Amino acid sequence: MKTGVYLCQCGGNISNTIDLQKIAEHVKEKNSDILIQENSHMCSGAGQKLIIDDIKKHGLKKIVVAACSPHFHEKTFRSALQKAGLNPYVLEISNFREHCSWAHKNVPEIATEKAKDVIDASIAKVELDFPLEEKKMQMGDEILVIGGGIAGIQTSLDLGDAGKKVTLVERKPTLGGMMAILTKTFPTEDCSACIISPKMAAVQDHPNITLYTNSEIESIAGHRLHFEAKIKKNPRFILDSIDMDQCLICTKCVQECPIEQPNYWEQGIMNRKAIYIPAPHAIPYKYLIDKDNCLHFKDGSCRICADICPQKVIDFEQKPEFIEIAADNVVVATGYDIYDATEKTVFGYGKYKNVVSALEMERIVDHISEKDPPREVGKRVAFVQCIGSRDEQIGREYCSRVCCMFSIKLASLLKQAKPETDIYIFYTDIRAFGKGYEEYYKRAQELGIKFVRGKPSHFTEDSETKQVMVTVEDTLSRDIIQSEFDLVVLANGMGLSKASEPIADQLKLAKSDDGFFKEAHPKYRPVDTLVEGVFLAGTAQGPKDIPDTVTQASAAAGRVLATLAQKEFSIDPVLAFVHQDICDGCKKCLDSCPKQAISMNADGKAEVNEALCLGCGSCIASCPIEAIDLNYYTNDQMYAQIEASLSNKKEGEKRILIFADDNTVYRLADACGVRKMKYSTDSRIFRVPSGSRITSNLIRFALSKGADAVMIGDSPEKSSRFDWANNVTRDNIEHVYKILSDLQIETNRIIFKEYNAGALAQFINDVDGLAEYIGTIVPISQEKREKLFTAVRGE
Amino acid sequence: MKIPYFPGCTLKTTATNFEIPAIEVANKLGIEMVELDRWNCCGVVSYLVSDDLMKHMAPVRNFLRVQEMNTTGVVENENRLVTLCSMCYNTLSLSNKRMQKNPDDLQKINDFMHREETKYDGSVEVVHLLPIIRELGWETVTKQVKKPLKDLKVAPYYGCMLLRPKDVGIDDAEDPKILQELIGALGAEAVEWDSGSRCCGSYHTVNNKDIVINLSKGIIEDARKNGADVIITSCPLCAFNLDNRQQDILEKDPEFETMPIVYFSQLMGVAFDIEKEKLGWESNYVAPDILIKLIT
Amino acid sequence: MAKMIKLDDKGVEFLEKIIELSGETITLCDQCGTCSGGCPFIIEMDVNPSQIMRQVMLGQKDIMNSKTMWICASCFTCTVRCPRDLDVSKVSEALRQVKLREAIDFIDIEQISKEEAKKLPSIAIVGAFRKFTG
Repeated sequence: MKTGVYLCQCGGNISNTIDLQKIAEHVKEKNSDILIQENSHMCSGAGQKLIIDDIKKHGLKKIVVAACSPHFHEKTFRSALQKAGLNPYVLEISNFREHCSWAHKNVPEIATEKAKDVIDASIAKVELDFPLEEKKMQMGDEILVIGGGIAGIQTSLDLGDAGKKVTLVERKPTLGGMMAILTKTFPTEDCSACIISPKMAAVQDHPNITLYTNSEIESIAGHRLHFEAKIKKNPRFILDSIDMDQCLICTKCVQECPIEQPNYWEQGIMNRKAIYIPAPHAIPYKYLIDKDNCLHFKDGSCRICADICPQKVIDFEQKPEFIEIAADNVVVATGYDIYDATEKTVFGYGKYKNVVSALEMERIVDHISEKDPPREVGKRVAFVQCIGSRDEQIGREYCSRVCCMFSIKLASLLKQAKPETDIYIFYTDIRAFGKGYEEYYKRAQELGIKFVRGKPSHFTEDSETKQVMVTVEDTLSRDIIQSEFDLVVLANGMGLSKASEPIADQLKLAKSDDGFFKEAHPKYRPVDTLVEGVFLAGTAQGPKDIPDTVTQASAAAGRVLATLAQKEFSIDPVLAFVHQDICDGCKKCLDSCPKQAISMNADGKAEVNEALCLGCGSCIASCPIEAIDLNYYTNDQMYAQIEASLSNKKEGEKRILIFADDNTVYRLADACGVRKMKYSTDSRIFRVPSGSRITSNLIRFALSKGADAVMIGDSPEKSSRFDWANNVTRDNIEHVYKILSDLQIETNRIIFKEYNAGALAQFINDVDGLAEYIGTIVPISQEKREKLFTAVRGE
Repeated sequence: MKIPYFPGCTLKTTATNFEIPAIEVANKLGIEMVELDRWNCCGVVSYLVSDDLMKHMAPVRNFLRVQEMNTTGVVENENRLVTLCSMCYNTLSLSNKRMQKNPDDLQKINDFMHREETKYDGSVEVVHLLPIIRELGWETVTKQVKKPLKDLKVAPYYGCMLLRPKDVGIDDAEDPKILQELIGALGAEAVEWDSGSRCCGSYHTVNNKDIVINLSKGIIEDARKNGADVIITSCPLCAFNLDNRQQDILEKDPEFETMPIVYFSQLMGVAFDIEKEKLGWESNYVAPDILIKLIT
Repeated sequence: MAKMIKLDDKGVEFLEKIIELSGETITLCDQCGTCSGGCPFIIEMDVNPSQIMRQVMLGQKDIMNSKTMWICASCFTCTVRCPRDLDVSKVSEALRQVKLREAIDFIDIEQISKEEAKKLPSIAIVGAFRKFTG
């Protein structure tokens, strides 16, 4: 005996509706060499033992279990097969409970007839099932963290403390990112540099962290937990820590360097030399030469620093170094850029002297109490909110979340340092959502800062005084304020860091509508990406304040630890493959894969990279000769189960075949059953990884074999793991429509719908609507069905 | 280059000093503007409500003439319709965009004009002369300059209709450059000011001219403050409001210092040294002495 | 004394009428005031453009008695700046249309002196009559 069929009574849940005796007779009648068993609870230990014993005793090669939905006990039965020495993938589950006995509880005889079709399909498919192996990948403990701002620092420290080997790459010559530029932080007003410096130092000293500053990711590639990156370490032009030659930071070079340039860490309100240390709290605390502005590099006219250096550590010949590393996981912590306000020309940023960015104001305020501050602020100061946020004129719909609070902070610090300053904050909404934020907002009001609800339309500059004229409606009094300000501070919003784009392209990271990197799921997988092994930390994923950034950075570290703790990673074997004997090398499938998992091999045939393939089945329709296929859902298996499920159809009966994606719609149909919600008994539901697996050939085949309608149901793009698949499905259906139109068969027989997980009523409504529709039209003639059949398989 | 040309009502009446030099300087740049036969008024202002479809028929009807000029071979493969007047440009463009975006509306308009032999197919592109000149390259303009306008300070006045709304604007709505570039190409200096795209009050000049007087006065004073000798414009209504209304400003404020307002085509005409009879100074209310001096 | 507002179906109908005519989703207005702050005619208006948006949203039909919609000359300054990409010019036009369709014109040809009429360019007269008469 080859195949064992097990009928589960489910303690009456199935057997009270479905006549299992009749099913057994039906199966016996159709198949000679088959073992049939019935049990009250197949999922119980006794039920499983029955299967295991039978496999051993009778040498069964294939198993069909007619029971509840595979989403309940498929795993249970697979492990039973394994215990008995069979491959877990030569198993089929007939969904008797959710799709038959519960859904059609009121019509037991019809439910029994439907169950016959369901089990026939399973038996036909199990015949063609073949062993599949789950490939295992070994994981190490090496992590690449890209970006050395507070997010990257926190992730690296957490991972390093947990004993993992971290490589941290920062593009700028010091760690610290944006936080290294800020003055104090809201709402506590603790000094930003003071709280980040110890963490920066901890990174530098950590035995498990290798730090590369002034370095870029030259290239990065990889997939599924194995990545390879090439790091380009840009030269500082200072010899590095060789005992004798070590730089003593004597500052002689800086004193003599003739070049002055705006210092980025002072946001240009102060200058630095061409040889410099970025900031007082820089890590590493090392000099570098600004190659773009150094006279030596410009025209060779100067080498004062090299000549004067007592240690002779200056090396103009230093070249970039390239370091190649491998990593099991990657954390992208590339941060944000502030909105470039020169784009909003109405506000004159870059043109009007007294319009400054928020970051510039951080530095202005940081120095404001000095005896001779680099920049004074004057008497009347305006803060203008939502510059580069919540503005559809520049395509930025989102709120940057931090600008209200940093403006309140900057205003408060300024007011405390210079109480005579007359400060106004022009806002549309104040968003003080965090812990202690509302209280901080109130304190600013107490300080006498005036909040005016209105967004300025434009500024002009007085050409003599250089004061900025602000025109704005106070929307609460409806008066128009038109007044000069000595300084206007823009609340620049956040946008994805431009420098992260090439990294994202190479890792194939997706972006959300706001332009930031997209998380795998906004609720359940907020730090994962859709690329396995790549995680997000900080503002690369969306605007965040420091507490949220640090929280998320630790969460990313936690996700990395959880992933790597598995040591081994198994790949679901439901993946595409190419029948090498059929493939003619036409290359049509190559572009069909959004993950670029298909390539041409040395024999000129297509080949699937199993590490990249996610098993959606979208590629299958691209092959004109059915050479590309999908494990567990092969063309042969699909044709066989479709044909078998239609084999019992009698004259005058109707059939709707529903292909439901495993993730949403199949479960939706299960849920209908669980709630005993009735829908058309003409329905026969098949499980597929995604609707895109259903090619036009399969639909035509189904119609040729007696189906009257076909429905494909899938998750909406936004919530699907395969967010490209629905377009493929639509194309497949368009293709069928053309063929049907030619044969004058109603195209309305074929529908494709997207369902959210809770859309039970909508699902039932659509199934019943389709049933009603095919009830009103003339059935497809036998002649047309035959024509469809010939068109499919050329037989 | 032969391009179908829509003059509009005002260019044939009070603003001949815009049209005649424009045609002349365009010719010198190799642009032949071929006037549509049987053109009709565009309606001056665009209708902005959703159910006023029929009001878009007047603009659309002119597009039929462009298609016909192509079929009869008056022009070759030229789907552009050039305008000079900013208001005509705006109104024609907005109607055209609406037809191009809404095939149902186009169908209705075509059905309504069933006596026309031609059906509008949405292919016409409404353009203003300025961008056509910009496409030629400013150096082409400079080559035609016989009298460089050295030391002349010119305030570029765009008004509204050349720039807004964004989808018909000939340049960046908030930071336009095209007139500055033209002024530079003619050898003059463009004045930096904030009033270049500030509304002059438009048709309020008919029954609420105080609005226009206030706005025009502000615009002219801003130009003066920033050192302008002359303001240039591309709109006969702006020209009227800024130029002729100076008479009313003077009535209220005898101290007011007048400022010549000329069309960009007149400025180009001076630089290109076209015959002075064609410049039409007599139609300008404030005599542009500084320019007249240049040509004599 | 505060104005008392009664929210009722007539108000909703008025809002829906204006949304339909203007094609602008007035409920999107964030009341940021950008339109009012930049309006070159603001000094001539009795009600600010942002306030018009607000009153229409609340179905206050008496906003039709304000001068504002007649002062708005469709210069589109607000249109190109609105952070919600709303076109306030279209809302003004819709309000004018509601009035004009009641056969109430805002201009009378008799008002214009013959001397003025001779001086005015046709573009001004046609423009004004197209905007101010039904």
